[in-house]
Amino acid sequence: MPHDHHDHDHDTPHSHTGMSPSGHPYRQDQDQPLTYWQNMEISIRELMIEKGIFTELEIMHAIDSMDSRSPADGAKVVARAWTDPEFNARLLADGSAASREMGFDIGAMRLIAVENTKTVHNVIVCTLCSCYPRNLLGLPPDWYKQRAYRSRVVKTPRAVLKEFGLTLPEDVTIRVHDSTADMRYIVIPARPQGTETLSEEALAALVSRDSMIGVALAVIPK
Amino acid sequence: MMTERVRVKEMFPPGHVRTPFYLRGKTGEIERSLGPFGNPEQLAYGVSADELPMHRVRFTMAEIWGSDAENPRDTLDAEIYSHWLTPIKD
Repeated sequence: MPHDHHDHDHDTPHSHTGMSPSGHPYRQDQDQPLTYWQNMEISIRELMIEKGIFTELEIMHAIDSMDSRSPADGAKVVARAWTDPEFNARLLADGSAASREMGFDIGAMRLIAVENTKTVHNVIVCTLCSCYPRNLLGLPPDWYKQRAYRSRVVKTPRAVLKEFGLTLPEDVTIRVHDSTADMRYIVIPARPQGTETLSEEALAALVSRDSMIGVALAVIPK
Repeated sequence: MMTERVRVKEMFPPGHVRTPFYLRGKTGEIERSLGPFGNPEQLAYGVSADELPMHRVRFTMAEIWGSDAENPRDTLDAEIYSHWLTPIKD
């Protein structure tokens, strides 16, 4: 769903009045009053600053720190797992400890790594909200938080994966993991064939965000 | 290793509950046990929380969705707190 043209009227010819040069509607200014929860967030934040619990600068640094995390961090963990069987075993036994061992500051996150094989394919969801291994992979994609993905992937995972361009044979077991509580999940995609000579860094470049959620495979190098 | 079979309690309490509706009343196997973790049904309201074991329970798609399942042997794992599970004796 790359395009959300709420303002398009497909029954009439496009006049493109009020459209940007790329033919998309301009985003509306947020002139409506604050919602109850927006007021609540601002009030509590300002109170905590007033009481000296933290400063504006510390909030900005916390946001910067979250924004600096990206799927590239997770890809490095996967590439290490592909090249070092002992690390892979430690990662499967305790995902948090193995991530910290590589130097990633993942805070209090409890991580479980699940491994794709010739016979098992794993896919991650949070049906209740949007639990995601943010401390390792950064912010989740929008579709991960939407009701369509959350409600459908637990019932028809094969149909959903097909929409992502991934058709799996019937003899591959799909394991869906619903992050309902305290754990977060990362999929270790299967290492593509023909990558025996690649460096760990080159291998990490084959590991996409989507492959670590389980809606894609690792990229096969050209 | 003995697999431990459990059924998710079919109850519908109000409040902040982290047991999905679609798994209530369903039977699965404990995949691994974790915790203890504070009971989110208490944590959500700022009261002191009981520390509970938490289990990853594996269900087959056939168990959850019956004949609607795409592939009955595919599975779904979810984290369920111990007070929501009843052991099943074979």
